[in-house]
Amino acid sequence: MIVRRHRRMFGTTAVLGATVLVASCGSPQAPASDLREFAGSYDGPPVTLDFWNGFTGGDGPYIRQMIADFEKEHPDIDIRATTQEWGDLYQKLPAASFAGAGPDVAVIHVEQIGTMVERNVIEPLDDLAEALELDADDFSEQVWEAGEYDDARYGIPLDVHSLAMYYNTEHFEKAGITEPPTDAASFQDALERLQAAGYETPFWMPSLWPAHLIDLSLLWQGGGEPYSEDGGEATWNSAEGVAGLEWMRSMVDDGFSPDSVAIDAQYVAFKNGETSITWDGIWQINDLKDSGLPFAAAPLPAVAGEPAVWANSHQFVLGRHALTDADKNDAAKVFIAWMSENSAEWAGAGMIPARASVRAETMPGSVQEPIAEEIDALRFLPSIPGVGAIQADTLEIAVASAMLGNAPPADVLDTEAARADAQLQANLERFGE
Amino acid sequence: MSAATETAARPRPTAAAPRTRAMSPTRARPYTPWLFLLPYLTLFAVFVVLPAVLGLWISLHEWDYTLEEQPFVGGENYADLFAAGSGTSDVFWESMRATGIFTLFSVPLLLVLPLLVALLMHRRFPGRNFFRAVYFAPYVLGVAVVGLLWRYLLDSNVGLVNFTLGVFGLPSDIPWTTAVPAAWVALVGVTVWWTLGFNAVIYLAALQDIPAELYEAAAVDGAGPWQKFRAVTLPGLRPILTFITINTLIASANMFGQSYIITQGAPGRETRTAIYQIAETGLRNYQMGDAAAMSYVLTVVLLFISIFVFWLFRERDAKGEKTGARR
Repeated sequence: MIVRRHRRMFGTTAVLGATVLVASCGSPQAPASDLREFAGSYDGPPVTLDFWNGFTGGDGPYIRQMIADFEKEHPDIDIRATTQEWGDLYQKLPAASFAGAGPDVAVIHVEQIGTMVERNVIEPLDDLAEALELDADDFSEQVWEAGEYDDARYGIPLDVHSLAMYYNTEHFEKAGITEPPTDAASFQDALERLQAAGYETPFWMPSLWPAHLIDLSLLWQGGGEPYSEDGGEATWNSAEGVAGLEWMRSMVDDGFSPDSVAIDAQYVAFKNGETSITWDGIWQINDLKDSGLPFAAAPLPAVAGEPAVWANSHQFVLGRHALTDADKNDAAKVFIAWMSENSAEWAGAGMIPARASVRAETMPGSVQEPIAEEIDALRFLPSIPGVGAIQADTLEIAVASAMLGNAPPADVLDTEAARADAQLQANLERFGE
Repeated sequence: MSAATETAARPRPTAAAPRTRAMSPTRARPYTPWLFLLPYLTLFAVFVVLPAVLGLWISLHEWDYTLEEQPFVGGENYADLFAAGSGTSDVFWESMRATGIFTLFSVPLLLVLPLLVALLMHRRFPGRNFFRAVYFAPYVLGVAVVGLLWRYLLDSNVGLVNFTLGVFGLPSDIPWTTAVPAAWVALVGVTVWWTLGFNAVIYLAALQDIPAELYEAAAVDGAGPWQKFRAVTLPGLRPILTFITINTLIASANMFGQSYIITQGAPGRETRTAIYQIAETGLRNYQMGDAAAMSYVLTVVLLFISIFVFWLFRERDAKGEKTGARR
């Protein structure tokens, strides 16, 4: 940050040093000695739980409502919620936990689980799953398995959320498109009809977020995988990955998208009716509803092969901090179990509840219903330690460079994949012991 | 007031009463200045000296504070920075280059434009205070506000800047945030708009310190406006010029927020500055050792540049004195 005056030359080093200094004031706590087997309910003294989450957007009011409902039913458990941007949350969680000031319960994205386990932030929840007889049957198998790491369960899924294809229903009507496109041919046809109807650039293709999520979706559609089984190698530069990114760039070259679409521009353009189609997260549904735009959502068309789409899942995790106190530990598990069972409210936030029973009750008639029906097409990133940060620093750069036309997709994917490999290998060594 | 004048003004103590003199409540004890400095020194030691030393220590380790072991690696982190093809060197030097480009273009503008503004604001005209406030106003805003504001204004496809250019028949598809060199123009422009007021205020204060008699004398000697500026104003500003130059230089070299918010480093990593890269490496990827090494390299570079600037200004001062002495 420029011009905070009197900045000394040691400023930058000092910031890093100070962070470490603060972090090193604490040390990993020892678990309380009297932890008991989880009984499934809480009848101890009043207790306060620290609950960290990243629901800063349109999803905030819904999580607050759920917390209020929980507190009404459990007068002895007080929830102290802390909400901050996801990016900040993932930076602060390890530091706070290390200093003994971490949360008792948190919601994190599923691919962060490996990272948080290796950084000693979260603890297993196998006993909770057993006591409540939770298993894959009530969840989709993919999302349930995604909450495991090293043969132990760490995450209890709250929801799944994926990319969706949003389209302007008015534009589609004028262009004479009756059904949302589902594959490469029908998508191409739709784009051409929209152009013929006077919508010059019907499909703005972003260069930054969520461009890399579109790229991953196309990679999966083509039959590729983003990372090797052991988590030591990035494979998004495979032939399928290159084909996907080339298709994305072709949208610009063929004139369906303007060049140099900067951050958020494609979404703003969609809200303004400047573009007819945009691919974005289903968590934007409420924002689009509020804008009054005539729109609908559909699954991403399978332009690169089989139906598949990048997805993620918000998962409840037990913070290491809850282990310092047997009462907190029990209360935290009661909280997680209740939130998972009563996640119907959460559908209002535009998400797809993870439980099949809750889905059956909430999805009919909702905007996200067409996506919920395709739940088997959802693909999750593997929970490799550090994968979130590594991907942001490699894949996202590669996609951006290719989308801006600065480098051929194959070249830039290879360069960045090599960088990702080095970091993944370093992490394997670091966490291997 | 020194202790000497203090005693001189008082009735002279007799030789019989040296003790009362030693116990005089107004006499400065040797530790008094240190007591006054203590609050600042404490903060300085805790938040600058200690972290700086700790940072040096960290840079010699493979440091990830969330893990139990921090293996000692000696100078390896530094060696990596200077070895082509290692994980950290390419991106680091690319970011140093970005910082260099930004500094090269922003510092001259931030030295000259605020001076022009200050000269203008120094004149007497109706509404002067209002205009002074207008020029200073953007500086009050935080980097997040400035960044988000301009990110939307500068958007190449939906932004107001390109729209306005289009209205006047100028090219309306300039990629302000997604391609160089346009992105550099945008980042430097936004920074100048944002921080111009600060330097202008310092210039203004210095201008007000220049004695009016000097201008009168120059006028008597028949000096025109340009000669007055060269012979009176510029020499009068010299003492603060060193401060402004170093301060602006270091502030520009520490640029982070603007590119983090406006361009997000785009295209690729081209507008990712050194501080940006250090933050990514240390705080996001937990490679604190590498990040600390990077910040020490940056510190050393800044140190040399600062020494050069000091030398530059001192040299001129010495010459000025010599010529003055000869006359």
